[in-house]
Amino acid sequence: MKTYEEINRKIETGKAVVLTAEEIIDYVDRKGLDAAAKEVDVVTTATFGPMCSSGCFLNFGHSKPKMRISEAWLDDVPAYSGIAAVDVFLGATQLRYNDPANMNYPGRFEFGGAHVIEKLVAGETVQLFGLSYGTDDYPRREIRTWFTIDDLNQAIMVNPRNCYQNYNVAVNCSSRRIHTYLGILEPYMRNATYCSAGQLSPLLNDPLYETVGVGTAVWLAGARGHVYAEGTQHAPTCDRSPNGVPREGAGTLALTGDMKQMDPEFVRGVSLPGYGVSLSLGVGVPIPILNEQILKRTTVRDKDIVAPLIDYSHDYPEKTGRVLGQVSYAALKTGEITFDGRTVRVSAMSSYGKALAIAERLKDEIRRGDFLLAQPLAPLPRQQSMKGLKITEEPK
Amino acid sequence: MITRKLFFRFPKSEIEKPIVYHLVKDYDLIINIFRARVTDNKEGYMVLDVTGEEESIERGVEFVRAFGVAIDPINKGVRWIEDRCTHCTNCIAHCPTNALHIDDRKTMRVTFTEELCVECLNCLSNCPYGACTSAF
Ligand code: SF4
Ligand code: SF4
Repeated sequence: MKTYEEINRKIETGKAVVLTAEEIIDYVDRKGLDAAAKEVDVVTTATFGPMCSSGCFLNFGHSKPKMRISEAWLDDVPAYSGIAAVDVFLGATQLRYNDPANMNYPGRFEFGGAHVIEKLVAGETVQLFGLSYGTDDYPRREIRTWFTIDDLNQAIMVNPRNCYQNYNVAVNCSSRRIHTYLGILEPYMRNATYCSAGQLSPLLNDPLYETVGVGTAVWLAGARGHVYAEGTQHAPTCDRSPNGVPREGAGTLALTGDMKQMDPEFVRGVSLPGYGVSLSLGVGVPIPILNEQILKRTTVRDKDIVAPLIDYSHDYPEKTGRVLGQVSYAALKTGEITFDGRTVRVSAMSSYGKALAIAERLKDEIRRGDFLLAQPLAPLPRQQSMKGLKITEEPK
Repeated sequence: MITRKLFFRFPKSEIEKPIVYHLVKDYDLIINIFRARVTDNKEGYMVLDVTGEEESIERGVEFVRAFGVAIDPINKGVRWIEDRCTHCTNCIAHCPTNALHIDDRKTMRVTFTEELCVECLNCLSNCPYGACTSAF
């Protein structure tokens, strides 16, 4: 048994033993669970992929004369300004003004909120255009100016839902090509796509939320971020394997972090043809090895994690609940699965390559003493399902 | 016999010359054109494989150059910008020739083997990060 304080003391003195969630598998195999649990202090997990429920609050400071911005566009992408005078919220999936979307199907969605966020983190110049109705104390009614992230007082990423614990594998059983947030799906199940780092993924290494909770310090695109709440749609009550690992979506995290500290390599705008814009983020989560049980859970392998195979041409949009089957990440990562006697080509939407790089970087930061763990202030809910949206005929 | 993939950029004045015909007839080369286009400003582009004796290819290339055609041995029609690639692997299932492929499924990093690319352009519209582009 170790405590957060003990582990942090070891990190501060550069003595912490840290391994990635990939390395820990063989390590525990070699050393045995007992010995490894005593030796290892932290296991680093990571993921990189589109996380639509992301965005940022920006504060511009005041112009002369002052303005209470009531409508704002950043590089022509509308930003929500129904908050204080010079604060805005820019959502990742917001389309650029005049984007034809799917009017010319499939739309290309080349630029949106996520791309503005990518530009900001990369230090590039962005245009602010703002309008207002004008007040006695805030008389200015129009503004057009250019800024970089350095000119802002704050640029804080606030993401209501990141790091889905597990995710669907998408296929298309129809006879026409479809465009989804999991990429282009060819007819007759010719290809399948998945979106998870599997054995490296944060919540698959802590399936019952024994260490990750509200207040946990995370590596958010290179910045020191935090879990500020359970993520939206957090649904821990779900179908689980005997090892506790969910066999479907399940848990999620709401994350926040300072964009000024982020590394542009891990903040990338995504253009999903026929679907829309999203933001890909790199997230690393350190798992403190407080006891053997926690360590054991981090040794989960791709072959022991399964995801549901779902038809995105019918069952997903119509919400039928039908699952075609279960596939392991080990099978998915070979690039080919067999289903119903058919060979299906598999590719991903998340990047295992980048997830590995993040797990390594976080490991190095902890070893160097640059990243301390934070004990959660509150656990994530462990019993909770997701509600659907009822369409009512009359007001309640 | 060897095969070489070439990328021709024709100046405005030369797009009407039957260059490919001469490569076949006078230099005994087997030509496989993947993609060719004349742009709005009347410049022409062509990506092709030429197969033949090394010396004939050299001479054929000289012949084409004499018309002012630029032959770029590095930058071909389809370009994969490694810096923009996130190794999401999404393109892998859409590339018909495995020009975009994963060498090591432990690290899951994507690489591009230009010689295998048949310029189908699937990856251009598919790549969520704009890592695949075309010269024309
Ligand atoms: S789809 Fe684009 S970003 Fe993803 S691996 Fe292929 S080239 Fe790289
Ligand atoms: S153009 Fe076609 S063949 Fe070439 S890399 Fe892209 S998908 Fe593959």
